[in-house]
Amino acid sequence: MDIHEYQAKEILSSFGVTIPRGGIVYSPENAENKAREIGGSKWVVKAQIHSGARGKAGGIIVCNSPLEVAQATDKLLGKKLVTNQTGPEGKIVNRIYIEEATDIEKELYLGLVFDRSSESIMVVASTEGGMSVEEIAKEKPETIIRSKIEVAVGIQSFQARELAFGLGIDSDLIARASDTIIGCAKAFSELDATMVEVNPLVISKQKQILALDCKMSFDNNAMFRRNKVSELRDKSQEDEKEVYASDRGLNYVSLDGNIGNIINGAGLAMASMDMIKLAGGEPANFLDVGGGATPEKIVKAFRLITMDKKVKVILVNIFAGINRCDWVAEGIVQALEKIEVKVPLVIRLAGTNVEKGNKILKDSKINYIEASTLEEAANKAVAAL
Amino acid sequence: MSVIIHKDTKIIIQGFTGKMGTFHAEEMIKYGSNIVGGVTPGKGGQKHLNKPVFNTVKDAVKDTGATASILFVPPAFAADSAMEAADAGIKTCVAIVDGIPSHDMIRIKRYMRRYSKTEKMTLVGPNCAGIISPGKSMLGIMPGHIYKEGRVGIISRSGTLGYEAAQQMKNLDIGISTSVGIGGDPINGSSFRDIIEKFEADDETDAVLMIGEIGGPQEVAAGEFVKENMKKPVIGYIAGLTAPKGRVMGHAGAIVSAYGESAIEKVEILKECGVTISKNPSVMGDTVKSVLEKI
Repeated sequence: MDIHEYQAKEILSSFGVTIPRGGIVYSPENAENKAREIGGSKWVVKAQIHSGARGKAGGIIVCNSPLEVAQATDKLLGKKLVTNQTGPEGKIVNRIYIEEATDIEKELYLGLVFDRSSESIMVVASTEGGMSVEEIAKEKPETIIRSKIEVAVGIQSFQARELAFGLGIDSDLIARASDTIIGCAKAFSELDATMVEVNPLVISKQKQILALDCKMSFDNNAMFRRNKVSELRDKSQEDEKEVYASDRGLNYVSLDGNIGNIINGAGLAMASMDMIKLAGGEPANFLDVGGGATPEKIVKAFRLITMDKKVKVILVNIFAGINRCDWVAEGIVQALEKIEVKVPLVIRLAGTNVEKGNKILKDSKINYIEASTLEEAANKAVAAL
Repeated sequence: MSVIIHKDTKIIIQGFTGKMGTFHAEEMIKYGSNIVGGVTPGKGGQKHLNKPVFNTVKDAVKDTGATASILFVPPAFAADSAMEAADAGIKTCVAIVDGIPSHDMIRIKRYMRRYSKTEKMTLVGPNCAGIISPGKSMLGIMPGHIYKEGRVGIISRSGTLGYEAAQQMKNLDIGISTSVGIGGDPINGSSFRDIIEKFEADDETDAVLMIGEIGGPQEVAAGEFVKENMKKPVIGYIAGLTAPKGRVMGHAGAIVSAYGESAIEKVEILKECGVTISKNPSVMGDTVKSVLEKI
């Protein structure tokens, strides 16, 4: 789960990370007042969307008066911002963060991620802040320093110090920099984060160490014990169909093609998408109804897929194990009594009681194309376009 | 003797009396697995499915001599149950459950470092279908009848894609020595490399089919092991050629976030390591067959 910049800043600030003064607003009037309240003579108006690279997309505007702050807010609110990470449809701006402008002396990079090789938390830092970590890795890999956190004991002061010195930070600022790194690491561990990124982490002309932009992601599997964090979810930033799916316990990812598919199991779903592609088609989605593929889940899946107007063919591929093909077939028949499917439907059942399952489908009134192997299913789906 | 489990392996069910635990315990008993009891804290002393219920794993091990366990406890309590099994001397623990927080998985793995290599429990999963040695024992939730007894090992992240492979092989009259589902989570108990090493040492296995997917470094790590240490042929398939970068594809671990984690990159690296690649998921069985014919 992702959260907004301002939410990440509030969290990190509570862990001892210094952030510039700022506040969230929902209207231009609000924004003007907030700018006066913050004070100073220069402000930054920042569109809050779940994406990086907002600056290049026009989502970050520097202003020289509270009036300009109001105008910039007016310009951004309600707009869809398209960045290189949002896809062509962009993301809606419903919240604006107003922040005092910072006199930047130096921009650094600080990130924490799960490292799947060492199965631990890795701190990654670089003197080249402001660029994405991928760009840094490509263009200035020699500037990257890493430190592995032993989760049993958490980050140690010496590790934070080594990182801070490694970033070339002046001696009188090392303590503050270390506290910043330790704060980020504690937030990561204590809140079940999967990613914390401060980019850039800046040293200001006034010799402050400030988190200028922050990003945090969290483990969906841990949200049952992180009520406060899970409340920060902003569904307006997610694909509408993906929200519909996740609310109903389905694993769904919206894609660009026109062959909708309903599969049980994530691996089989990916494999079926690959077969569609090899057969010359493009999948409209990834959808895993779970290994069990219960009739309820199948009904929900058909509802979801038929919501997607770009779908021209639906491919159902269920490998029934313990749950048996005859149950699955009954589930499909029930679903199609409730939901009208106007596009060709290809069904491939496999596994336990496959003959019985196929007989139930044949004896029913549903109009479909039968397939017996994965390859045949994909070929028939593409041919039905 | 097959890898990890064999016909007489004594198995207990953690979360025995719950709906899931009961259903799958019955299936395993039907298959012929040697289920000797189960654990549900607070229900010790009762009987369930004609088997004794214990309050703690230690009690169950002491009384039954169990060496394997399978977890059907909710994700919030799964880490605790796995560590309890490790501490009670269980040698093989399968965690079926989907949804264990990654921080908990790291905690389990750190906890298990207290045991020496010979004492250490093999944890398989979470978010997996479990282990089956056809005709011998099933420590999982798979449909046992699609697995023909034989001499090919399977390691798969995905449950249903593993079933697909087993079925394709059965249709071609190819049998399986053991199939291990290692699960779709980013941090799991046993990696491809951990299991492939066991298959290399297993005198009942002639070849190994490895079914991977996008995300993480494990397929490549196994490839390196194959290149340097493996004498038996390895066949591979990687799902997710069409998966977009940076998106989680159902399995929490199926996300491309670094170089070498996409399906195309993994396929290229595995090929260089000498793994025969199944060019699509429909020909996993055929690819295994062609490799076996060359042995």
